[in-house]
Amino acid sequence: MTARLSRRIALALLPLSLLAGGCASTGGPQSNRDPIEPFNRSVFAFNEKADAWVLKPVAQAYVQVVPEVVRMMVGNAISNVGDLWTAANQLLQGKPADAASDLFRFTVNTTFGFFGVADMASPMGFEKHREDFGQTLGRWGLASGPYLVLPIFGPSSVRDGAGFAVDFAANPVRHTATEGQSNNFTLARIIDGRASLLSTERLIDGAALDRYSFIRDGYLQRRRNQVFDGNPPASQDD
Amino acid sequence: MNTAYRWVLAATLAITTAFAAAVPARAADAPDALIKRLSNEVIERIKVDKDIQSGDFKKLSDFVDATVMPHVNFQRMTALAVGRNWRSATPEQQKQLMTEFRSLLLRTYSGALGSVKDQSVRMKPLRADAADTEVIVRSEVVPPRGEPIQLDYRLEKANDGWKIYDVNVLGVWLVETYRGQFAQEVAARGVDGLIKSLSDKNKSFDPARKP
Repeated sequence: MTARLSRRIALALLPLSLLAGGCASTGGPQSNRDPIEPFNRSVFAFNEKADAWVLKPVAQAYVQVVPEVVRMMVGNAISNVGDLWTAANQLLQGKPADAASDLFRFTVNTTFGFFGVADMASPMGFEKHREDFGQTLGRWGLASGPYLVLPIFGPSSVRDGAGFAVDFAANPVRHTATEGQSNNFTLARIIDGRASLLSTERLIDGAALDRYSFIRDGYLQRRRNQVFDGNPPASQDD
Repeated sequence: MNTAYRWVLAATLAITTAFAAAVPARAADAPDALIKRLSNEVIERIKVDKDIQSGDFKKLSDFVDATVMPHVNFQRMTALAVGRNWRSATPEQQKQLMTEFRSLLLRTYSGALGSVKDQSVRMKPLRADAADTEVIVRSEVVPPRGEPIQLDYRLEKANDGWKIYDVNVLGVWLVETYRGQFAQEVAARGVDGLIKSLSDKNKSFDPARKP
């Protein structure tokens, strides 16, 4: 069963690895990392519109209506579900000690923290990590491949987009709750995520000459940094 | 409450002054010691200065000039960000680029300083040789709750101590990010076009504007 599953994942990822390996290993100028820039720019423009008309107003209303304490509890509960998948990815990346720490976080916060509403593990010294399947693929040596802007979800890459699909499928809420509850969870995660960006977006507005390439270059650097847990080897152009 | 606040204020001022007084004696700080001292100095100052917290650009600018800039090689930072076009720029263009870039960075960050509250700085072990003239200092800003924020610095050894020439926030290097932005602008509109974009950006960006 597990063997079959992993073979299916491997097969699904094969064309991806060819694409990623072919394009990203050179690490050359921007255009190499973004060969489908015109397409990406149009999705980016769509996202900006969708954000201005729907996502941002909803997130702003959420921040205005819901008290900070409650928002913090919602954020904690969402983050707690993420810890389980983070632990699994730590293990897949060959970091059993971190996996144990994140599993401990999940166990403590789910029980004593009442389904993750309170983060009891952080004050105990178990720091939050974020690992996803895109990072795991990166750790396994898969280059990020061309930059890819996903509708609604925004900056990604061919590798991270595939990882994102696996993250989505692996979400434990999808396997334990009803479809309606699961959709509500996804919706809450999107609103919570957008609300947390409200304070930083102004920073990007002020800092960027071109928002699109600023976000792209920042995203690609940050992902590379995450794959190597904050210690990436020097890049080729240094 | 009021008395408590005054006491905290006085204590912080005393600590800051103690730091300031200790500066000349430590002119030859090791790079990580320098970053630690500067980080603490900046956090302490922002914590007590309501004007800077609310985005008073003039005050922040003066503070940064007095405290941080002596430890930054801003010319190198700008030159690296502008990339190969730097050498073809005239000295006057280079000067303008530095002025506008500095202003852009200050304006960007001045809006974010209101959120500095109970952060502390944690230094990561320095992996460098005594003979090194270029090092990376790694640190983390630890908020009261939530994840630590990665903050790294590239420093070079100058005659009068270590100088910062690049900063990394959450894995994103400042110079590398702006190298892309600047190259794109220079390719489309030349060096003067870049200077103009930066200056327009600075004029239009109002740090007091609320999100």
